[in-house]
Amino acid sequence: MELVMATGIGALVAAGVWLLLRERTFPVVLGLALLSYAANLFIFAGGRLSATSPPLVLGEVAAGATPADPLPQALVLTAIVISFGTTAYLVALSLRLVGESGTDEVDDRGDQA
Amino acid sequence: MSLLLPLSVLALLLAGGAVPAVAARLGRSAAAWCASGALALAALLLVPLAPRALAGDVAVFRLAWLPEWGLDLAFRMDGLGLLFAILILGIGQLVILYGAYYMPQQDGLGRLFGTLLAFAGAMLGVVLSENLLLMVVFWEITSITSFLLIAYKHDSVEARIAARMALAVTGGGGLALLAGVLLLGHMVGSFELSAVLAAGEAIQQHPLYSLTLVLVLLGAFTKSAQFPFHFWLPNAMAAPTPVSAYLHSATMVKAGVFLLLRLYPALSGTEQWFLLVTLTGAVTLAYGAYVALLKHDLKGLLAYSTVSHLGLITFLIGMESPLSTVAAVFHVINHAIFKASLFMAAGIIDHECGTRDMRRINGLFRVMPRTAVLGMVAAGAMAGVPLLNGFLSKEMFFTEAVEAGALGGYAYVLPVFATFAGILSVAYSIRFVHDVFFNGEPVDLPRVPQEPPGWISLPAGILAALCLVVGLVPQFAVGAILWTASAAALGAEPPAYKLVIWHGFNLPLVLSMAATAGGIVWYLFRGVLFELHDRYAPNVAGPAAFERVFNGAVVAARAALGVADPRSLRRYTLYLLGGAGALGLAGFLGAGPARLDGGLPPTPADPAAHGALLALVFGAVGCAVLHRNRLVAVAFLSVVGLIVALTFIRFSAPDLALTQLSVEVVTIVLLLLSLRFVPGEAPAEAPCRRRLFDGIVAGGAGLGVGMLAYAMMTRPFETISGWFTANAVDGGGGTNVVNVILVDFRSFDTLGEVTVLAVAALGAHALLDGLRLRPHALSAESEADRHPIMLAMLMRPLLPLALAFAFYILLRGHNLPGGGFIAGLITGVALILQYLAVGIEPTSARLRVDHLRLFAAGLGLAVVTGLASMPLGLPFLTSWHGYVPIPLVGKTHLASAMLFDVGVYLTVVATVLLILSEIGKLSTRERAAAPPPRANPASAMPEEVRA
Repeated sequence: MELVMATGIGALVAAGVWLLLRERTFPVVLGLALLSYAANLFIFAGGRLSATSPPLVLGEVAAGATPADPLPQALVLTAIVISFGTTAYLVALSLRLVGESGTDEVDDRGDQA
Repeated sequence: MSLLLPLSVLALLLAGGAVPAVAARLGRSAAAWCASGALALAALLLVPLAPRALAGDVAVFRLAWLPEWGLDLAFRMDGLGLLFAILILGIGQLVILYGAYYMPQQDGLGRLFGTLLAFAGAMLGVVLSENLLLMVVFWEITSITSFLLIAYKHDSVEARIAARMALAVTGGGGLALLAGVLLLGHMVGSFELSAVLAAGEAIQQHPLYSLTLVLVLLGAFTKSAQFPFHFWLPNAMAAPTPVSAYLHSATMVKAGVFLLLRLYPALSGTEQWFLLVTLTGAVTLAYGAYVALLKHDLKGLLAYSTVSHLGLITFLIGMESPLSTVAAVFHVINHAIFKASLFMAAGIIDHECGTRDMRRINGLFRVMPRTAVLGMVAAGAMAGVPLLNGFLSKEMFFTEAVEAGALGGYAYVLPVFATFAGILSVAYSIRFVHDVFFNGEPVDLPRVPQEPPGWISLPAGILAALCLVVGLVPQFAVGAILWTASAAALGAEPPAYKLVIWHGFNLPLVLSMAATAGGIVWYLFRGVLFELHDRYAPNVAGPAAFERVFNGAVVAARAALGVADPRSLRRYTLYLLGGAGALGLAGFLGAGPARLDGGLPPTPADPAAHGALLALVFGAVGCAVLHRNRLVAVAFLSVVGLIVALTFIRFSAPDLALTQLSVEVVTIVLLLLSLRFVPGEAPAEAPCRRRLFDGIVAGGAGLGVGMLAYAMMTRPFETISGWFTANAVDGGGGTNVVNVILVDFRSFDTLGEVTVLAVAALGAHALLDGLRLRPHALSAESEADRHPIMLAMLMRPLLPLALAFAFYILLRGHNLPGGGFIAGLITGVALILQYLAVGIEPTSARLRVDHLRLFAAGLGLAVVTGLASMPLGLPFLTSWHGYVPIPLVGKTHLASAMLFDVGVYLTVVATVLLILSEIGKLSTRERAAAPPPRANPASAMPEEVRA
C-alpha cells in the first residue's frame, strides 16, 4: 500500500509541477490545486497507513483495530479548506489580470526587452 | 542632565524638517533665523554639560532601543565630543549667516538650510554617540544628507555625478565601518564605547583585529578623503560654497578623523595601525599638496589643500607618540577655522567675479581690500605663518617629525618629508594670495568685481580673527578644550606640552623657515611645473576611473538582477524547485548509505487501491496533458479530488473525506465560473525543447517527492497524538479527537487558520469588486436555459434539507465526524446551488446577509468565545464543558468549544459565499450595465478602477 500511495503522490506532484510551469494562468491554478492534493496526502500519510478505525473515542476499541492518528488529520483538515481559499484568491488574481491587461499570460515578457 | 544630549541632536533633526515649511510660509529670512535659532538651541542644551566634560568627566545617557541587537539610544559627552560639537555648532552658525547672504535671492533657502540642519544633527549624533551602532546610523545619515547637499543644484549634471560619487565612496566606507563595528562588538561583547575603549588590549590580541582595523580604517579614510579615496572631495565642490565651507572644511570630512581619534585607545599602538594610518596620511598629505598648486580653480585648490591637511591630521594620529595626537587634535581645530574662512572668501570672490579661474582673477586687492585681507590672514594660517594658528600646529608637526624614533637609522626621512610637505603647502598658499589679490590686472572677467556688502564678510572675518587669537594667545583661546579633547582621545592624561609662540631657536623652527623659503622658490618656478605636469603626468583622473567602475557596476547589477529577478513566474518556480531539489538531494546523499525502505512491515495493497491509483494517475496526467482544453482539464481535476476523498475514507479519516468532498464541489464550481472570463483562444504550445525540459523537471520533482513519501511511510514513528486521544473526552468534552484538537486543544491555530481564510476571501473580494470583464458569449441554447427549471424545482425542497443537514453536522461535530468546517462548506454548497438555480440577485435579495458582516460575526464569535475565559483568570481560549439542563431536551452535554466551532462555521460560509458570488456577479448583465452603488467602505478603493 505504501508504494501505491507514494506513486500516487509522486504522480500528483509531477503533474502539478508541469502545470505550474505553463505560461497561462489557468494551468497554474490547476497545478497548484494538484500540488495541494499531493501535500495534503503527504502530511496525511505521515500518520502511516496501518489504521483500521477512525480517531473517535467511542467506548472500547474493537479488538485488533488500530485507531488512526488524529493529529495529521486535524492538520490536513484545515489545510484542505485553506487551499480552497488560496485557489480562490489565485483565480481572483488571474481574473483581475485579465481585466487590467487583457491577457492571461503569467510572465511579463513585454517589459523585459 | 544627560538627557540634554539626545534633545540637542533631536532639536537639529526636527528643525531640519521644519525649516522648509517656515521658508515656504514666512520667507527666506525667517528660514535663516529659524536655522540659526535651532543651532543656538542645540548649543544651549549642551552648555550645562560642558563644565563636566572640560573637567574630564564623561556624561552618558542611555535608553534601550533594540537591546537584543545591542543597539541603544546611548549618548555620551566627553572632551572629544565637546570639541567637535563646538566646531559643528559654531561653524554651522557662521555658515548659516554666510549662506543667507551668499545664496541668490530667488533661492528660498528652505531646502538648503533644512538639509544643512539635518546634516548638522546627524554630525552631532556621530560625535555624541556612546553606542557604536548608533554612531554608524548617524554616520550614514551624514552620507545621505551630504549627498543631498552636494546635489543641491540638481539641474546640473556635474553636481549629480559628484553627489553620487560622494555617496558611493562615503556610503561604501560606511558599510565597511558597520562591518568593523560589528566585529568590534563581537570581540568586546558590547557596542558601548566605554566598554570598547576599555578593552583595547583584548581587541588587539584578537585574531580578527587586523580585519577589524582595515574595515574601520576604510570607513574613516573614505569619509576623510584619504588617498586613494580622495577623489570625491574635489568633485564635491559642485556644491554651493556655504555647503563646501561647512562639509568640506569643518565637519563631514572631519568625521573620519574623529573616528580615528574616538577609537584611538581601542585600536592604536600596533604595527598595523602605525603603518596603515601613517603611510596613508603621508601619501595623502604630499599628493594633496602637490595637486593643490596645479589647480587653476580656486575651490579646486582649496579642496586639494583640504585633502592634504586631512592627510596631515591622519599622519599625526598614526604616529605613536601621544604628543602627535595632541598635535592632530590641535590641527583639527585650526584647519576648521582657517579653511572655512578661506572657502567663504573664495565664495565671495566667485560671486563678485563670475568665475573661479585663477588665471583670470588677478589684482583684486585694489577693488576688494577687505576680502583680500581676510583671505590673506586665513591663507597665512594655512601656510603656517607665525602669529597665526596654523603656525602652531605646524610647529608641533615638525617637532614630532624630528623627535619620532620609529624609523631608527632612517631618522632623517621624516624631517625631510615634513619639510617637503611644508614647502608644497606654502607654495599653494602663496598662489592663493598672490595670484588672486595681486599679479597684475584681471583678465576678461564676466563681472566687474567690487567689495560686497558688509554682512557677507562677517563670518569670514570672525574666523580670520579667530586665526589671530589662537595664534597669539593659544593657551587662553584653546588650551582647556585642547587638553580635555586630547585626554579623551588618548584615553589617558596627555603628556605635558606648552602652547606658546616662541619655543626658542631649534630645529623645527629651522625646518619651518626652510619650508617657507622653499615654498616661495617652488611658487616662483610654478610655470615650469605646470608645463612638466601637463606634458608628463598621466591622465588618471579619479572621477573618470570612478565613473568607469560605477557604470560597470550598474551594468553588472542589471545583469545580476536579470538573473535573480527575471520577472518570470516560471523562473521563480524553477529556482524554488531547484533549491528544494538540491536540499533534498543533499540530505539524501548526506545520510550515508541509507536505504529507501525504512523497514516498517508494508500494509498489503488490495485491488481497489490499485484501481484508485490508476484513476488518480489518469486524472492527474489527463489534467496535465489536456490543460489547454480547460473544461476537460477541470473534469480531470475533479476525478483526482474524488480519489483523494476516497483515499481519506479508506484510511479511516471520515472528517477529511467529508471536507475534501465539499471543498471539491466548491472548487469545481469556482473554476467553472472563472472559465467564462479567461481568454478563450487556445494558447500556442511551448517549443518542444522547453516542454522536454519542463517534463524532466516535473518528473524529477514527482520522483523525489514520491521517494520521500515512501521513505517516510516505511519508517517506524512515535506519534505525539496519544495525549490528545487520552484527554479528548475528559479535557475537551468530545469524542471526535480531530474536532477536539481543532476547536479545543489547538484552537488558537484554528483561529489563525480561519483568519487566513477570511483574509484570502477578502483579498479576492478586493480584487474582483468593481472589475468588469466581458464573458464569452453563451450559445443561444444555454442562454435560454440560464437557470434550468429542473434544478430550480429540485432546489426548493433540497435547500432546507441541506441546511438542516449542515446544522446536524455542525452539532454532532464534537463527537462524530463533522464540525464547523464541514458544515460551513455544506451550507455554502447548498446556497451556491440556490444561486445557480434562480440567479444571484434574487437569492441575495432573499438571503439579506452581507457577507462581510458574516465574516465579522464568525471571527468575532470565535474570539469572544476565547475571551470569555479570561475574566475567570484563565488563559485565552480555555474551554469549558459540562452537562446543562435544557427544557424539553433534557440534560445535554455541551462544550464552549462548540460555540467556537460555530464561529468557524460562519467564517467558512462567508468565505464560500463571498468568493463565489463575486465571480458569479461578474457575469450578470445587470451589473455590467449599471453597477449598483454600494455604501460599503470596503469596496471604496476599487471604485476608481471601475471609473
